[in-house]
This record gives sequence, structure tokens and C-alpha cells, in this order.
Amino acid sequence: MSLRDETGPYFGEYGGRFVPESLIAALDELTDAYLAAKHDLIFQAELAELHRSYTGRPSIITEAHRFAALAGGARILLKREDLNHTGSHKINNVLGQALLAKRIGKTRLIAETGAGQHGVATATAAALMGMSCVVYMGEVDTERQALNVARMKLLGAEVIPVTHGSRTLKDAINEAMRDWVTNVENTHYLLGTVAGPHPFPVMVRDFHSIIGNEARAQLLESEGRLPTAVAACVGGGSNAMGIFHAFLDDEVALYGFEAAGDGIDTPRHAATLERGRPGVLHGAKTYVLQDEDGQTIESHSISAGLDYPGVGPEHAWLRDSGRAEYLGVSDAEAMQALWDLSRTEGIIPAIETAHALAGVLTLARTMNPDDIILVNLSGRGDKDMETAARYFGLLEDKA
Amino acid sequence: MTSRVEAVIDAAKSAGRGVFVGYLPAGFPSIDESVDALLALARNGADVIELGVPYSDPVMDGVVIQRATNRALEKGFKLSALFEILRRATAEIDVPILVMTYWNPVVQYGIERFASDLAASGGSGLITPDLIPDEAEEWIAASDRHGLDRIFLAAPSSTDERLRSVIESSRGFVYAVSTMGITGARADVDSAARALVARLHSQGASRVCVGVGISTADQVHDVTGYADGAIVGSHLVATLDEHGLDALGEQTSILATGLLNARK
Repeated sequence: MSLRDETGPYFGEYGGRFVPESLIAALDELTDAYLAAKHDLIFQAELAELHRSYTGRPSIITEAHRFAALAGGARILLKREDLNHTGSHKINNVLGQALLAKRIGKTRLIAETGAGQHGVATATAAALMGMSCVVYMGEVDTERQALNVARMKLLGAEVIPVTHGSRTLKDAINEAMRDWVTNVENTHYLLGTVAGPHPFPVMVRDFHSIIGNEARAQLLESEGRLPTAVAACVGGGSNAMGIFHAFLDDEVALYGFEAAGDGIDTPRHAATLERGRPGVLHGAKTYVLQDEDGQTIESHSISAGLDYPGVGPEHAWLRDSGRAEYLGVSDAEAMQALWDLSRTEGIIPAIETAHALAGVLTLARTMNPDDIILVNLSGRGDKDMETAARYFGLLEDKA
Repeated sequence: MTSRVEAVIDAAKSAGRGVFVGYLPAGFPSIDESVDALLALARNGADVIELGVPYSDPVMDGVVIQRATNRALEKGFKLSALFEILRRATAEIDVPILVMTYWNPVVQYGIERFASDLAASGGSGLITPDLIPDEAEEWIAASDRHGLDRIFLAAPSSTDERLRSVIESSRGFVYAVSTMGITGARADVDSAARALVARLHSQGASRVCVGVGISTADQVHDVTGYADGAIVGSHLVATLDEHGLDALGEQTSILATGLLNARK
């Protein structure tokens, strides 16, 4: 059986719908609408046209010659999702879900955001389609991603800082769920990753699978072969599922790089698949960073977008089966890779993406010059300039 | 066989009244005070007690309960304390205690082990706000083995088909969510509650209690006019938090007066 055919609600033992009964009708409605849209040529054509004329797809592939030379092993090819409108892969899913929400008569979009990229993408889609938009963002994240808060506001969205719990992504999701339970009649919860209750993991994956589908065809065209390995960073795991999915049935190694924060053996990390245990969080059974009583443990990462104590259920399943391998990359390693890619290729990646780049450099060293690693360059680093400038002491140079 | 909670509801029904269900979180404001608070509920007119398990990600709860449960967690609340509180309270009072818990703590403790320890410490069953019957196979089996109630939620948005599944899977009563939303006091208990209870009855539910948004004796009176019980949470939690144990007892007896003459 093809691994690509999994349609939920379960991936092995993971997934499901662990949510209040109040939301079940909306999830059922969404599932039905999504399945209908998936096979509806008009919907698919509308989305494809948006991606062509608005997102800027297909995104290109750039070979990172000088960056790869740092490792001196495999070739490294970058799938440039950073060049999409709004600066990351997030727009793929957002346009799909926003079109779907419109189709089922919802007039209000709500979203959670960590780094702000998903919030910006959602605010963008709401502006484009004339819908109202509320974005929940942990107070900690509104501070470290202040520029994205301004972008969302400029786009007409209301940004609500979440002031309880750990005040990061997980609490933003809780608050968005509470809003949805209350306003489900006119509101679509535009969840930004492959986590949450069914149908979100499968639907968000499908909207992002365009990344891997394009890249697979592009490599066959330009190289006449498939890559040796495909790599991406993993927080909730949307950009990774997006690029992995096309390759699930191929003889291609899959690597997901999680945020190891201060280090995977310290208490401060977000390496859910390596250090978490199966449990239930945000509506799905999956790996969770938690204590022995099942209380969620706060995650830590320099990257707001990977700072999440859960992960999409399909990743949990791919991990257990061994189809994909998940490894931790520390804050320091990621920042070094961000520096390196900027200096060798003239591309400033998002800090999230830099985790994948750091992992790939290590991986490339173990490979041969005719091996190819395809990396999802999931986002650009503009939003991270303040963090990066402080980290590298660049503001002092300017003064 | 009729469970203790069912027997309490049936007895109240034959006496021509509904039941009053009071909610408090375990370990709030402390383990000892939390036991005293349960006794205060029982001694001032609560027919059934709902004891909440503090959880890090309570998506069904409004700010009052979030704040209280967060404080319990900050003070180091552990599941072992839940069973201690239950043992101590059930040794003193006959009022049945249902535990309200999000699902992950049960999964991590072990579903069978949780059921066994719950029964051993005198608990009557579980109310599971984020576990729907479709995902509850293991819990249904474990609760049968240990003779525990299982209270699933019904929402105004639930289809008739789903209501039937909730009714068939529940034991004790069906928890009718009064409105589309999270816990917390509301000035008006939605007309959606009355409609939902009527739908539950027409689908064959024999015991239905209404919760979410109820905070006054008048609301208890109104709700028990058409349902078998009214559940009050946030208002009691806020009372305990702001005014202490005596005030909690007073508020409980005031709310319980809402039960009188509610039927015919």
C-alpha cells in the first residue's frame, strides 16, 4: 500500500479528534467540504490560479554550491518557499483553507501564530478575500516578532496577545480553539500546521504537498533522478510534511530537524519527537513534551515557529515506522547555519529554516559528491533580523 | 444497575425537583482547603460534586477556571493528590463525586489504572470534556469493569445521530452544554439549552444536566424546570477564590434554593 494514501483520521495509532463535542459538527462540515473540494476541478483550478498569479508558484530550486562546500560532501538543493508571497510556505495552506472557508459560508477567519508567518499569511488571505481576521499570538512571541505583528495589523487583522500559560504558540492554539468553540457558526479556524483534530493534519498536508510535488518533478527534469535525501525543519511539521509527502513511496531518505534549543539533553528544547511521549494535545494523539501526569511541558527554542511541545500526528507515525528520521539542532547550530547561508549564498533564511540547514550540513558530510540533498527553504529571515542582529552583535557595528 | 449519581437524580425527580451539581478544581486553593471546599458544597445542598483536574491546556475553560487550575499546577498539583482529595472527601460525605478531566492526564496515568484508582478512592466516574464517544473505546471498557459513570457532553451543534451516540455511551447523566462556548458566568442562559434538552429527551435520554454559564439561583430554577440538574462551576470557583470557604457554603445554599418548586 502507498504511504501517500493515508487520509486520516488516524495515522497508525496517532491522530483522531480529541476535542469538545461542540466542535464536532464544524469538523464534520469541514471534512465533507474538504473532500468535495479535493475532487472538484473548479476548486482546484481556482487554487492553482491563485498560486500562479498571487503566490508566485512554482517556486524555484537553487543549488547551494558554496554552502555545500562548507560540508564537502553531498550537493545541496534548496526548494525556495521563501520566495512565495508573504515569505514562507505558509501561504500554500492559507489560500487553500481560506477558499474552502468561503465555500462553506464562513465570513471570519481566526488563526494562531508562533513566528507570525502563519498569522501574516492568514491576514493576507483575509484581505484578499474580504474576510475579517483575528490572530492569536502568545505575548512572548508578539515581543520577539514585533515586525510581523505590525504586518498583520497593516493587513487589517486584529492581533490578540495571549497572556496565560507559557504565552507562546501552544497557548495561542488553546485560545483560538476557545474562540472557535464560541463562534463556530460564522468562523473558520485556519489552523496553520499539520497538527490538531482531523481533518486538519491531512488537509494542511495536502495543501502543502504542492512543495514536494513540484520539487520532485523539478529534480526529475533537471537532474534526471530523485534526491538521495529530503530534509526540512519540524515544529508542528507543515513544511516538512509538504515536502516529504511526494517522496514517501520513493527510495529517498527523509530527515526532519527539530529545535533542540539549549541542547537536547538540557530541559530547554522543543525536540518533541526525540524527547516526548505519545499523548493527546490540541485535539490529536501524537508525541507531546509532557510530565508524568500528562501536563504539557513548555518548549524552548530561539525560533518562535518551532517552539511547540507537540507535533503533527503523521510525523509521529513516520517516526515510529522509521520511514523518516528526526534529529535535534540547537539554537547555536541553527544560528551558525543562518550566518553561513547568508555569507555563502546571499540568502538569509528564517531561523526555523536554519535548523534544517544546520542538520543538512552535518548530513552532507557523511555523503558523496554525487548524492543530492533537497532542503525545504521554508521561509526568509527578514522577520528574524532583530533576533539575528542581537545574536551576532550587528547593531553595534552600525552605531 | 442504577449508579449512585443516577439514584440521586432519580430520588430528586421523585421528590419533584432537579439536582444541583457544584464544580470545584482539585488542589485549589490548596490540597487541604480543596477537601474542605468539597465538604462545604456537600453540606450546603450540592447533590452531586464535579471535581476538576487541573490541566495545562484546558480548551473548554474560561478565565476563572483557567486561573484557578493554573494556580493549583503552580503549587505542584499531582494526580496522586486527586485521589487523596477524593479519599478524604468521600470518607466524610455521601454526595457522589464525579471527576472532570481533560483526556491526556488519564492517558498518561493509564486508563485502566486511573479507573481502578478512581473507584478505589470513592469517585463515581468521569466527565470528559475533550473525549467524544467515538474515541472512548478503552474508557468505556474500563468504566464498565469498575462500575464508573461516564459523562459525555452534548452540544447545541450536535446532530441527532451524535446525540444518540452520546446518550448510549453515557452513564450517570448526559452533560448538555448550554451554549456554544467555554465555561464562565453568563447573564442569560441560552434558549439553546432548552432546545438541546428537549432534543436529548426526544432521542431517549433519561437524565440530562445542563452546564456552562449558570451562576444564579434563578438560572438554577429555570434550568431545573426542564432538565434534571444544573451545573455551576466558575461562580463557585470565583466565590471560593475571592471570599473564602464560608462564602462558598453560603453561595451553595443560595444556589440550591433555586431547586425548590422548579417543577410544576
